[in-house]
Amino acid sequence: MAPHTIARAAVAGFAAVALLGSAACGSGFDDSSGDAAQSSGPASLQILIGSSGEAETKAVQEAAAKWATSSGNTATVTPAQDLTQQLGQALAGGTPPDVFYVDAAQFADYASVGALEPYGDKISNSGDFYESLRTAFTYDGKLYCAPKDFSTLALQINTDLWAKAGLTDADVPTTWEQLTAAAQKIKAKGQVPLALGDTRDRIGAFMVQNGGWLLSKDGKQPTADTPENLAALQYIRTMLTTGLAKYPKQLDAGWSGEAFGRGKAVMTIEGNWITGALKNDFPNVKYKVVALPAGPKGQGTLSFTQCWGIAAKSRYKDQAIKFVEAMTSGEQQLIFAKAVGVMPSRQSVRDQYTAANPEDKPFIDGAAYAQGPVNAPKMDSVLKDFDTGLQGLANGDPKTVLQNFDKNAKAALGTS
Amino acid sequence: MATETLTAAATAPGASPRRRRGGTRSNENLAGWLFVAPVIAILGLFLLLPILMAFWVSLTDWNGQGSPFTGDVPFVGAHNYTRLFTEDGLARRDFMTSIRNNIYYVAIVVPAQTALALGLALVVNNRMLKGKSFFRSAFYFPSVTSSVAISVVFLFLFANSGAVNALLGFFGIDGPEWFADSRGVLHLLFGVVGVDSPPAALTGGGPLGLSWWDWLAGPSVAMISIITLVVWTTSGTFMLMFLAGLQNVPVALDEASTLDGASRWQRFRHVTLPLLRPTTFLVLTLGTIGSWQVFDQVYVMSQGDPAKTTLTPAYLSYRTAFRDFDYGSGAAISFVLFLIIIVLTLIQRRVLAERDTDRPRRGWWRRRVPERS
Repeated sequence: MAPHTIARAAVAGFAAVALLGSAACGSGFDDSSGDAAQSSGPASLQILIGSSGEAETKAVQEAAAKWATSSGNTATVTPAQDLTQQLGQALAGGTPPDVFYVDAAQFADYASVGALEPYGDKISNSGDFYESLRTAFTYDGKLYCAPKDFSTLALQINTDLWAKAGLTDADVPTTWEQLTAAAQKIKAKGQVPLALGDTRDRIGAFMVQNGGWLLSKDGKQPTADTPENLAALQYIRTMLTTGLAKYPKQLDAGWSGEAFGRGKAVMTIEGNWITGALKNDFPNVKYKVVALPAGPKGQGTLSFTQCWGIAAKSRYKDQAIKFVEAMTSGEQQLIFAKAVGVMPSRQSVRDQYTAANPEDKPFIDGAAYAQGPVNAPKMDSVLKDFDTGLQGLANGDPKTVLQNFDKNAKAALGTS
Repeated sequence: MATETLTAAATAPGASPRRRRGGTRSNENLAGWLFVAPVIAILGLFLLLPILMAFWVSLTDWNGQGSPFTGDVPFVGAHNYTRLFTEDGLARRDFMTSIRNNIYYVAIVVPAQTALALGLALVVNNRMLKGKSFFRSAFYFPSVTSSVAISVVFLFLFANSGAVNALLGFFGIDGPEWFADSRGVLHLLFGVVGVDSPPAALTGGGPLGLSWWDWLAGPSVAMISIITLVVWTTSGTFMLMFLAGLQNVPVALDEASTLDGASRWQRFRHVTLPLLRPTTFLVLTLGTIGSWQVFDQVYVMSQGDPAKTTLTPAYLSYRTAFRDFDYGSGAAISFVLFLIIIVLTLIQRRVLAERDTDRPRRGWWRRRVPERS
């Protein structure tokens, strides 16, 4: 056969198959656009978690098993390899898990496309959750989901290196000026003073301390290009250019905690997850945790949190809410706190937690003045671009970085 | 391979044996269709249909909830495509940055891996070489190892205090912070000749949302380490192809040219290389396609960092779809990438085919081949 005959035949065949296939697929998808039909009675809940490791998976599985036996349902907990991607695929396929972790940074994306069931106020005593966490999971005035736990940033100091640099407890910085002063003394001894993560999730804390933030309170307007934010970035820029602070990659580390654990930096700014990481990887490091130094406009830190999202397409919403209720009870959160090293999201168990973990006090105190992640949809690429700007801060112009953010955010938020 | 092409070329201008369809042929037609039906069905179902569906998604603003094939999904026409090219914004800047990165990546990877593969193939094809099979497996080894595993190993090699910098330090060179270094190599070269900050003429404007200065950045230092990795891992596979091609080169030709007094270089240049042209085309095409689609190394090693200098269209498409829930835009990026690859492959085919006809020395070896077959 001449080649072009084959080609023509193949094209005809492809076209036929394509037509048939699309006709078949048209009815194959589950297109229930409204609420999924609800089933009462014993449910089999699918729970997808983005686990931090073995300990967390085991803790959640045990808690879920306990709830399942006491309530007569079944609950299957699956740890995800890549939560965002797996969830994205499941939602696109129309069969999402009933309950899943939602990170505050992505919450608005899920809420805005209607993937989440706004059940927040059906949880008993939902006012008990910290205000900053409630704000993080509120979209269009509705509390969508119950915060699972939270973390905040604080300053870690390697006490051995601190003493070696000739510094005492009196030198522990509580303001930006003191931070600079202490850092200069450390640098004079030939050590790297501060390992600082190169993203908004660390540097943003300085903006908060100076009374600025990236978005307005209602999350509708970008507010990056302000004198407050500019001053904060200029402060960081000076730290970087004078060698008082270094990004983890400059210190050959994946993140600041690693650089800190290896003794490559005397101070770092990380959240309470660093406690577990240092215990596992660098058990011999002696350090203490203090609150972040206050800026010109007072104290400020960032909070990170996840919530128990319930899929809008779940068939077992009532049972799922009961499940979340059990998972977010103060008692259960203390169990998780012990197993995983996270802080409970309910204020009522705060004192019990600090009594058990006195060294975490600076972290939990941060809840009072913490700023949550950017809570607006479609912001991921804008924030990535902002991070790129921050990575090049040492050689870049802070003003341009902030202006770019505003420009891109306006386009993403549709408020231009 | 070469022999077939040659005889076909020789007979083509004469009789063109075009078959006519007769009565008895219709049965064969039906049978033919029957035989290819399973393949057509499978390819159609798993290849063509998903492509068409993805194309539909690229014309919509689908947010990943439910089916994209309902009336609820907003149809936006070509907007996802125009956003990438004509509208000034983050989408275009990201896309153009990724295109720039990938152009430099392809421009280095493809020639380097082809040259290296050819060199390796020549070495292991040497009749005098001892331990041939050992070297063949050794050179092929990187290709059979998982690219993710190799990427992780390279992360260690290129760490600031890793083996590469230790080696450079041995020669008194202070190695860069490889994966943190977003400076473009061309910018660094400009810096050597004294152009440290961009001249105003280059920063003012430029095509498609990036300034000329940005376009001329060259691959970043971080990208160079990915390039090194890819050249090293892929050259083994292509060496195998060149080796197969080399073994098709008749020994008699080599010997004949030696008798004619051709030097070693002349033999390589005028006998081996022309005979390897089909293989070279294959290697260049596969290399171009593969390097435009680079994804796993970026995903594992850098995620587009530092400063977006290792962002590639394939990774950007993934990120746009699965991180930003902007499936339409993500699909549009992958279709543009598809077009780029098709166009480049066609151009390559053109260029290599034309060189075939205007080669003056062609008759010299063509006469001899039929004697052998």
